[in-house]
Parts: sequence; structure tokens; C-alpha cells
Amino acid sequence: MSKNLRVQTSKFIDETTNISFKFNGKTYYGFKGDTLASALLSNDVHLVGRSFKYHRPRGIMTAGSEEPNAIVQTNNNTALTEPNVRATEIEIYEGLEASSQNCWPSVKFDIGGINNFLSPLLPAGFYYKTFMWPANFWEKYEYVIRHSAGLGKSPKEPDPDIYDHRYIHCDVLVIGAGITGIMAAKTAAKNNLKTLLLDEKTELGGTTIYQDSDHIKINNQSSSAWLENEITELKKLNNLEIKTRTSVAAYHGYNYLLARENLTDHLSNNDKQNKIRQRLLKIRAKKVIVATGSLERPMVFNNNDRPGIMLSSAVKKYADYYGVATGQKNIFFTNNDTAYESAISINNKGIKVEAIVDIRENPNSEFTKEAENLGIKIYRNHTVVDTHGYKKLNNISIMELSKDGQSFANSNIITLDCDCLGMAGGWTPAVHLFTQSGGKLKFRDEDQVFIPNKYPSDQVSVGSCNGDFELDEIINNTSKSLKEFLNINKTDFDNLDVQCPKDKEIRNIWLLPSNKVLGKTKPFVDYQNDATAKDIKLALREGFKSIEHVKRYTTTGMGTDQGKLGNMHALGIIADTAGIKVGELGTTTFRPPYTPLTFGTMVGRNVGEYFDAFRRTPMNDWHIENKAEFENVGQWKRAWYYPQNNETMHDAVQRESKAARDSAGILDASTLGKIDIQGTDASEFLNRVYTNAWSKLAIGKCRYGLMLNEDGMVYDDGVTTRLEENHYIMTTTTGGAANVLGKLEDYLQTEWPELDVYLSSVTDHYATASVCGPNSKKILNKIIPDLDLSDENFPHMSFKNAKIDNIKCRVMRISFTGEHSYEINVQANFGKSLWEKCMDAGQEFKITPYGTETMHLLRAEKGFIIVGQDTDGTMTPIDLQMDWIVSKKKYDFIGKRSLYRSDTMKEDRKQLVGLITDNPSEVLEEGAQIVANTNPTPVEMLGHVTSSYYSPNLNKSIALAVVRGGKNMMGRKLIIAMENKNINVTIVDPVFFDKENVRLNA
Amino acid sequence: MFLISCPYCGVREQSEFKAGGEAHIERPKQPTELSDGEWAEYLFMRKNIKGIQLERWNHAHGCRKWFNAVRDTTNDEIKAIYKMGEKPPTI
Amino acid sequence: MKNKYSIFSLIKNAFSYHENWQKAWKDPAPKKEYDAVIIGGGGHGLATAYYLAKKHNMKNIAVVEKGWIGGGNTGRNTTIIRSNYLWDASTGLYDHALKLWEGLSQEINYNVMFSQRGVMNLAHNLQDIRDLKRRTHGNRLNGIDAVYLSTEEVKKFCPIINTSPDIRYPVLGGTLQRRAGTARHDAVAWGYARGADEMGVDIIQNCEVKGIKRNGDEVEGIETTKGFIKTKKIGVVAAGHSSVLANMAGLRLPLESKPLQALVSEPVKPIIDTVVMSNAVHAYVSQSDKGELVIGAGTDDYISYSQKGSHDIVEGTLNAILELYPIFSRMKMLRQWGGIVDICPDASPIISKTGVKGLYFNCGWGTGGFKATPGSGDLFAHTIANDEPHKLNAAFNLNRFVSGDLVDEHGAAAVAH
Repeated sequence: MSKNLRVQTSKFIDETTNISFKFNGKTYYGFKGDTLASALLSNDVHLVGRSFKYHRPRGIMTAGSEEPNAIVQTNNNTALTEPNVRATEIEIYEGLEASSQNCWPSVKFDIGGINNFLSPLLPAGFYYKTFMWPANFWEKYEYVIRHSAGLGKSPKEPDPDIYDHRYIHCDVLVIGAGITGIMAAKTAAKNNLKTLLLDEKTELGGTTIYQDSDHIKINNQSSSAWLENEITELKKLNNLEIKTRTSVAAYHGYNYLLARENLTDHLSNNDKQNKIRQRLLKIRAKKVIVATGSLERPMVFNNNDRPGIMLSSAVKKYADYYGVATGQKNIFFTNNDTAYESAISINNKGIKVEAIVDIRENPNSEFTKEAENLGIKIYRNHTVVDTHGYKKLNNISIMELSKDGQSFANSNIITLDCDCLGMAGGWTPAVHLFTQSGGKLKFRDEDQVFIPNKYPSDQVSVGSCNGDFELDEIINNTSKSLKEFLNINKTDFDNLDVQCPKDKEIRNIWLLPSNKVLGKTKPFVDYQNDATAKDIKLALREGFKSIEHVKRYTTTGMGTDQGKLGNMHALGIIADTAGIKVGELGTTTFRPPYTPLTFGTMVGRNVGEYFDAFRRTPMNDWHIENKAEFENVGQWKRAWYYPQNNETMHDAVQRESKAARDSAGILDASTLGKIDIQGTDASEFLNRVYTNAWSKLAIGKCRYGLMLNEDGMVYDDGVTTRLEENHYIMTTTTGGAANVLGKLEDYLQTEWPELDVYLSSVTDHYATASVCGPNSKKILNKIIPDLDLSDENFPHMSFKNAKIDNIKCRVMRISFTGEHSYEINVQANFGKSLWEKCMDAGQEFKITPYGTETMHLLRAEKGFIIVGQDTDGTMTPIDLQMDWIVSKKKYDFIGKRSLYRSDTMKEDRKQLVGLITDNPSEVLEEGAQIVANTNPTPVEMLGHVTSSYYSPNLNKSIALAVVRGGKNMMGRKLIIAMENKNINVTIVDPVFFDKENVRLNA
Repeated sequence: MFLISCPYCGVREQSEFKAGGEAHIERPKQPTELSDGEWAEYLFMRKNIKGIQLERWNHAHGCRKWFNAVRDTTNDEIKAIYKMGEKPPTI
Repeated sequence: MKNKYSIFSLIKNAFSYHENWQKAWKDPAPKKEYDAVIIGGGGHGLATAYYLAKKHNMKNIAVVEKGWIGGGNTGRNTTIIRSNYLWDASTGLYDHALKLWEGLSQEINYNVMFSQRGVMNLAHNLQDIRDLKRRTHGNRLNGIDAVYLSTEEVKKFCPIINTSPDIRYPVLGGTLQRRAGTARHDAVAWGYARGADEMGVDIIQNCEVKGIKRNGDEVEGIETTKGFIKTKKIGVVAAGHSSVLANMAGLRLPLESKPLQALVSEPVKPIIDTVVMSNAVHAYVSQSDKGELVIGAGTDDYISYSQKGSHDIVEGTLNAILELYPIFSRMKMLRQWGGIVDICPDASPIISKTGVKGLYFNCGWGTGGFKATPGSGDLFAHTIANDEPHKLNAAFNLNRFVSGDLVDEHGAAAVAH
């Protein structure tokens, strides 16, 4: 039966609400308000996890987000599982199941613990020096390494939770709701500034809110009572939004910050359902006040990692805030007065404090006196040299320090029994966010801290994150900073009567001496990654000098806590070893996020159907109703083919292709890009952007155009129609529309601003049905009876305005299939009725809807290219055998100059050709490579198949390909070199069908 | 993520804009007169400045206007904005 | 002679508490003159020095690095190694590198943890399929292992990918190069540094180049924060800062330097045992030996030397990751960072002489230089030593931007190099 270590009631804990939870399969009880850590401690459970490398038993080190050790898997084997959750952060809820990580079979008996005994062979970077023999065995070694590494387990099922994003613009963002954050928020809000106050904890008030020392008073009240009152006042203010359980993750330039608001993690599994779990706040703040406080430092000595060894501030918080005793025999180990504060506080709650081990030579402050008065034994000028107890601390050994603190005054070892050791190694300002924002630090030698020096944006740091540690200076400096920063004359905190102890004495020894050789000890610097002081020294010995090298070689600071506890010690040990000052060494980069952020939060709603919206044509519903299969093209969903009666794709495409040539087909061409071009210089503009000439295009005529990049390579193509003297409509490829518009605008605005031309994207404004085939004319005649469709009035490559039942439409007689063909454009919302009208009118001709696949087949029969399929950004129009479209007369057009470079003029470039197979039923694979000989390896490749189909209209396999020097190889036999066979092909002209274009005009 | 002040719309997130690279590289008026090397200079060669750069931006998800900016590429601080055709301000 | 690294030396040193390990590399002050100076102490620069000393017997050489070695893109990338490129010139280059990777740990006696866990590239639309098949056929005929996979085969090789046909970017197929994989980035820099140092190469850190001194069309030396260093051959391997150094020599390069971001998750037990890349949705992911998911994001479109990209890029990448791996939604991002990559218009590198005698550039690797490290070093060393490119890097000359003979790898390289 475990003990109940709940020693007192706390206003932060709701003792009327019992909550049951499971840890490693066993049921425990805690109260509402408990974290998993406080609840476990109240049940006398200290052993929570195993370390990363040596699998050493580890307990709870802290009471906050900096926790390196007590990380657990929650709700294992469910969709709601989450690895690497800090027990010190997660609030318990009914139904919570948590388990230890990185141990097998159990946290109490972990096979991996053998690594602890092998540790002499596992110094920093050992893996760089071994596992190299035999050469091909690395993957076997690696298998073992991989399986012993890793902490928790990834979820195996999709996440049922919902995440969200919110944009917030505010005048002032205050990060941290400790005493200074409360002061800042109140001051800002009272000065009519729209203020946002965020804190990662559940309660406002930071550490002050549970401060109960008699020595610390504000206006003669206890500081906690005073702050409680301030908070009450604060909550009454308008234009202030307060969010708790909200952790600022990243501070980017221009005061752009990301914060994660935790909304349901503390609720029972039932209450969580259908609620947003976490929300990413994207904050753009005019001004930022950083009040992130500071983190207590551990001490670095041999075996400083056993369950029961924790930060002194954590011991205090568990007692004062949660009402939990972290041990029954407590000892503190300190280099400053903090531990006394904690010791006195818990002693007054009836929790036994055996002793305080203080490395300072002769500490003598109000606190030390009070501690001694309370009967707590103080070991001055002593250090802990070792600790004992495998799964829980049993005792510690201490020795008296020498004058310089690097060795001992004598060889006496005192052993003190204890089950909890509270370490107080001083404080590290939490400057992480400040540095993320680009802020530069300076080092303060007196107490060995990095503090903000130069602000990169409109921000200020206040309180202990700015290096103020005593309450009076915290309050006075904060008040002063606020006045300057917010440009105001006074704050509510100008004349407070603050009483607090003034002793700042600290004796900083980064690596405490040991009575054993360093090599035999384990003084942990980074608990989670098991990086010790000797690892750091080894790295230095091996020539790794830069802090970044040491960090990477030893993995110090690279765990899930990102070295919040140990980084300063690493710096200190490096500096001491190298004989330089910490300030000269600089820090490593603090990289976002401050605390790990779920991918779900980062992504918010942008999952599933909202990941990237599809664009659908006005006829889309018809395609769905008629069982079309769809192809994704760019952002569009396009009908790919329309299988009937369980047809295969091949059968459907063959049927559609045949129907289009034999009678009539209809294609939804709405996705093609459409750009409306107007202005007196529109013709000149087209002259410059297309390779061919446009000035002489008559009104009402259409022309195919090819657009190049400035490097001479084909970029896009399409038909452009001259609607009026100064009005054109350009079509582009489906995927290229946005880029083409962007490119045209760029040239127009930046290179040719003198041209009177206006561009508008009208892709979405029109729906386009393309009706083709020998009967297309009859169908059109039924739909638009009063339009004269004679070749004289409406020849190929021309355009007419018309009306279908009073609905205006533009009809182009243009063809991508080689058939007599019309493209009918109507206002988009009439698209479906246009389509249905065409279907009705075409019924007697068995009009067949066809999709993109058939369109591709039909155009391939005609040798028409598809940009992006038959070209790959390296093809010029000459390569495509489209010399005819390149104007020789025009002085210039985009890309022209590049066509005359030495390489682009070469005769043996890859050129577009047709291919036919010796076996007419053998269809080539698109992407297949073309060779002359299949030996030797590497095989010389001449080109590849770009488009390939079985043509039902020619009853044979046809393909387009690009082949080196292909233009001059007509009739040449070549080989398609497949993995398991060679296919014989012959190079032919790329136009396979109706070379004379008889059908276009039929 | 920095902010850019579009001269036509005002201050907006950088993500609304498309970068257009180094500014004031004028397209040669007579490309055919250039050697391959000179044409390559225009096409491909860039100063790629570390420091204060004059560069082009397009308010792609806004007014779609092109304009110029003076930006310190070492810290992405925008020093000035000016319209196409205007002379760069001296910084 | 240095300690040879092995399990035996590790055991031996364990007895002396690892007190007797030698320095991996010295920390010399620069000499007045070298036969060649490599500017840039990243993987490529250190490899160049290593091969200059090893294969071309140039021992009086130095690598100068403005910060700490391996601190640039070598230490900031997602460590993907593969050679399944599109064009023959590229496959020749990258497969040369891949072959060197295969013996590298033994060659330099430093475990670079080259792990051939395979790289898969996914196809999400019909054109992706054509492009990937084209590449696979080309790779096979070039003697490079590559196979095309059906959707089912993709799922079998990496079961956690969402292969539902109903998602926005369904997986329609993919390619697999089994010899491809990942390596330990830091180890590559450190291993080459140790090897080069042993052969007498001076590795000079915290030494920033301030000027390149020319005498007419020849180089004379470099001005550095540690003084003037005389040399007749300068190999610049400065990645994102290549243009800065080119400008010092009065040259312009066809490069733009842009922020590229990457991130890792918290470490978890093995969940993905290969490298999966998807160009269409800009997501690529692998899992490090430590257990972190290593995720590469894209580049921003603006020039920047700030090593900070925009948040949108990272968010967009994670959107894509969750599209393909919905099980990762509750995983947590531990760390994100940025690098500066120098990108060529054709997404291929430059390993080339310049118009200035004795000045050589190795740059333009864009988002994918890590994989080429050994090959790049070897070929650049050849180019510097012989004042002529090796046939494997001949195509990657500077003149291609004049002639138009580009090696356009946008299709195969794209963002996800």
C-alpha cells in the first residue's frame, strides 16, 4: 500500500473531486488540479521513466515544462495516445492512462538498464568510432541502435481530435502571467491598449501566487495575497484577453508569435469529444512584453539523477501549490538562498527537512538564520559527492570543499539519509523567446546569467527573465520598464512597499568536485540524453571547441526539453575547461518551438478535404451523375473517362475516341485558363509574348500561340481569339493558367509599362463545352439555329458571338482533336445547362462525353503536343518541329534570343517525333527510354516516350517521343529498352492521323 | 514572417507576396545585338546580395501590382518600398 | 599516426576513462602560404581537402572556415542520399557520390552511419507517374538501382502512408532506390576533417575571408580575419555564401540564396524505416537513429541570408505530412531550423573553373548538396589539382549558362532534393 503524501490542503487543488487514473496499469487517485506528477508524488511514486541512453531509473525533476525526466506515454494503444508527455504538465482527468517509456519489460525491471553497466564503452560519440566492422554490418548494428533509441511510441491510428487556428492582432502581448506579467497586462490594458496575456500554466500568478514566506511582503500583505487581489482587479478590465494553458512556442521577426492553447487535454475522455483540442494562435503584436521568468538550475555532481533528486523550487511548488510532500526526509543542496526559502516553507508544513548542504563558504542571511532556528542542520562549504538508491534516493554522501571549490578540505565523507534532495543551483533567465526573436544576449558575471541586451523589435523583457531576481527590484524595474516601453507617466506599482530578503550571495561551481576520478562518475548535465560532464570534457579533449560542436558531439541540449536545465552548465564546464569566461563563449541557438508542438496544432483545419481545395467545373455534378472517373490536373478535378457497364479504362477510352471521330463527342474544357486582354496595344503585347505574329490577326479569328520562357524553352500554349479590335481572349493550359497570368503581368508592369494593355483572369467566369466530330455541326445547328455555320461564314479558327435561348455565348471553331469542332463558352453558371443542352441535341448522333484521356489520345493521333507532357522545360519550338510557329520577321519576343545560343541551335538536340511499334498491338509505356543498342551499361539513351496510346482510329499503337537528332531519323529502327524486354520501334512523323487536315474542314 | 507595405494596399503579411528577385535588371532592348555571354548575364547572373538589396515584389494575393523594396537580406528588415519606375531611395 | 577508431580502441580507452583520446583535428594558425586554400569548412570543402591530399598528393593546403566546421548546411540538412536523378550527367555525379558513401566509414575510419534504408519518391498524378517512370527507366539503363512501385507496393514498403484513393493527393505509385538512404551529417564533416588533418591539411576555424586578391586574371591569395594567406589556387565551397565570395573576386554567379527549413519531431520508437519523398505535396520524411522524424520543408521564394524562413513554409509542409501520414497528428515538433541554400536556375550544381586562373567554384547545390558530399569533394579536388574538370563534372561548368546546355533537374530535384 502506497503512502499518502498529501500533507495539506491547497486552494489550487479541489479535494472534493477525486480523480482516478492509471499509471503503468495500476489505479491511483488524485484531485482535480493535480498534474500527473503531483498526483504520483502524492502516492509516493517517484520512479517514472528510464533515461535515453543508459536506461537509468528517473523520477520527477521539476514542476514545469522544463521537465527532462518524467515523460510518459498517455493512453497507450488508443487513437488518443501521445508520446513524450511531461508528467509535470499534464493535468490528471478521469480515465487518464499513462505509462513509462523507453523501458522493457517494465520501468522497474528494464533490460536496457544493462547499458548503465556498459557505459564505460559508451562515451560521447562512441558510435562514430565503432560499428564499422565488418563493413556491411552497419545496418544490423543500426537495427539494434534504432530499437533501443526513441522514447515513446508514435500513434498508430489517425487522430480523432480537432485542431484550430486563430489570428490575433493586439497592441500588447504579455507572455507569462507571473507577477510581472500581471503588472504588465494591467498597465497596458488600463492604458487603453488591446492586450493579450498568455500563460502556459493553469493558474495565473506564477510562483508568487503560492508564495507564503513571512519575509516577502507587498504593502504589508503577503505577496500572494497582494497578487491575488491584483488578479481580481485585472480580470475586471476591458480590452484584455487572458489565456491560460497557452504556451508561446515561437517568436519570429516583426513581432509575429505562435502560441498553443490547450483546450481539452485536462478534460475526461468523454468531455473531450467533439471539442477543439488545441488551437494555434497566430499573433501579430504591436508590442511584446516578455515576462517568462526563470528556470532553476540543478547542480552537477556524481549520480545527480536518481528518483527523489529534484529542483528545490519543485519541492516547494509540490508542497505549497499541490500540498504534496516530495519526501519524508528532505535535504536541500544549494549554492544560494533559494533552497532555504523552500526548506523553511516545507518545514513549516510539517515536512521534515533534515539538512541543507550549502557550497557557499559561510552563508549568513536572514534565511540561514531562520533555518537554523528551525533546527535544520546546515552543512556550510560542503558538497554532495555521491548519491545512493537505485530506484529511489536513499542517502547522499557529502564532503567539505576546499577553498577554491575544486577539491576537498579533508577526506571525511558524511553520509546523510534522505529520500528527497532539492537542488538549488541558481536561476537561468528564460531568454529563449527573446533570442528566437533575434535578440542578442549579454553575460552578467556576478551571478553568471545571460540577460537580454539588444531588442530586435518593439519588445521588452521584464522580471526574472531580464535578470531581476529579488522582488523589490523585480517590481521597481518592471514598473520603470513599463513606463518607458508604453510611453506612460505612471503605473499602479510606482510606490509599493516591498519587503524581501536582500542576500544575493551565490557561489557558482558548474561541475562540483568528486572524490572519484571523473571517468568513474556520472555527473549528468543533460538528464534526458544522458550527457555527463565527462562527455563534455571528452569532446573538448578531442578538439571539439565550439559550443555547437560540443552540443552535437555529446547531444547535450538536444532532448525534448532542449536543454532548458543543463545548457548553462554545459557552457560553464566548457568555459572552465578552456579557461575562458562563459560570456566569451556565447550560447547555442535556441530554436523554436519553446515547448514541443503537436503537428495537429500546426496544421489546424488544413487536413482532409481542407488540405488543398479542389476546383470543380460547373458541369462537375453531371460528370459525377454519369459515373465519370476523375483526374487531378493542377488544382482541378477533371473528368478522366466515363466508364459504362463496368468497362475498363482502356475500353471506355477506345469507345470514346472512336465515337468522337465517327460521330460526335463532347468535352468539358472549362478548366483551360482564360485571360481577357484589352487595350490599344493588345496586339503588340501578344507579339511580344508569343513566338508568332499577331498584328494581322483579323477580328473574329483565332490563332494558336506558343509561349516561351526567356531561356527559349516552351512554357505554355493555347488558342487566342481576337474578339474586337483591342480585345482578345487568351486560353492557356489548365495547370499553367496562374503562372502565365503572373508572367504576363510581370512583363507588362515592369518591362513594358508603356503598353496600353489590361489583363484579367476570367477562367472561372466561363464554362466551356467542346463539341467535336463529323456531326458536331448538326448538333450546334440544333442548339443555335440562327448561327450560320457555313465554312464561308464560320470557318475553322474563327469565332462568333451567339445566343442560346437568350444566353450570350462565344463560339470558337477550333479543334484539339483534329475533328470539326466547336468550343462554346457561356457564363459559368449556365455551364451545366449548356452541357445538358448539347447532350440532348446530340442524342440522335449518340454524342459521347469524353474525358481527358480520350482528349489526349485524339490529339496524339494528330501529333499535337501537351505542354508538360511532351515537353519538360528543355524543349524549344524547333525541338518540337514547330519551326513554323516561330516568326522570323519579329524583332523580338520572349525567349527569342535564347534560341540562338550555341546549344539551343545544335542539330542533335532532342526532338519530337512519332513512334510506331513493330507489333501494332504493343502499347509503349510513357516514360520508357529509347536506345539504339542495349549494351554496354551505362546504356546510351537517345530519348524517351512522352505520350503513348492504342489508337482505335488507326488500329495500332502510336506514340510521341523526344529523340536526340530525331528530326533527321525518320524511318530509323530503334529499341525501347524495358526491364525485361526490348520493343522494336520505328521513328515516324508525329502526325499520325489526317495529315492533310481534311476533317477539320469537313 | 515579415510584413511588407504594399504601396497600393498597405501593410500585409509577406505570404501575400511573391518575390521577384533582384531589381533593376532591365530586359535588353535589343537582345539580338548581345553576345551569348552578355545574354547569359541578363538571364542568369545575379548579385545575390548579402546585405541591403534592391528587389522586386508582387502583391500576388492582393492587388497584383509589382513594386520594389529595399531589404536587408541578413535579417529580412525592409528599409523602404518604392514603386516600379521610381528611383531607389538612398538608404 | 592517429588512434584508429574501433571497438578495440574504445575498450582500451575505457580503461583509462577515455582520457587519452587524441584530438580529432588540430587547431593551427594559418601559414603564410599554401599550395591551395579551400574556402568553406563544410562537408564538401573538407572532402575536397581530403581528396586533394589523398589522391593528388597536395598536402600543403588549408581549409578556412568562418565559423565552426560542419556548421552550415552540412549540419542543417535532412541527410537524404540518393542518385536517382533524371539526366545522365546528374546520375553520373550523384552515383559517383553514392558509391563513395558505400565505403566511406571504412575509408575515413569514422562511422558516418550511412544507412541504405531506401528512398521512395511518390507519384500523385498521372504526369508524376510518367516522370517517375522516365527516371526509373533512365536510372536502370545507367546502371543505377531503381524500381517503379505500384500503390500496393508503396504501401507494403512503408505501411504508414495513407494510400487511400480518396485523399487530395492520392498515392498513384512511386519509385524506390534501395541503395539510397541517410547518413549522420555531422560525422561526415568531422570524419573528413580528421582524415584531412592526419594527412597534414590545416583546418582553420573562426577565420573569415574578407577578400580575394587577384593579380589580373590570376588569384594571389585571400585576406582573412587571421591575416593574408598567399595561394595560387582557391576552391570556394561556401554554399549559401558563394555569391558573397564571388563578388569579392569580381564575379557574378547564376545563384540565388534562399532560406530552406527543416524540422524534427520528438524521438519515438521506430515507425518509419525508409525515406519517403513527395514533390507534389512538398513533404519528405525519414526517421533518425535517435528516433526523431526528420522532415524537410521547402524554400521561401525570396533571397535571404537570415537562416530564418517563414512560418507558412513549415506549416505547409506539416499539412502535407498529415495528408500522407495522418497518424503523425499527435506527434510533436521538437525543433525547427533554417539554412541558406544557393540555387542555380537549372537546379543543378556548379563544379567549375572560372574566368580567373586558380579560382574554382563548387556551389549551387540548392536543397540537395549533402548527398553529393564525397563525390563533390572528389571531383572538385580533381578539378583544382588538374585545372581541368573530371568527366563526371564536366557538364556542371559555368559556361552552360552561356551556351544554354543546362542540366535541368527541376523535375527530379524540385524542392525535395
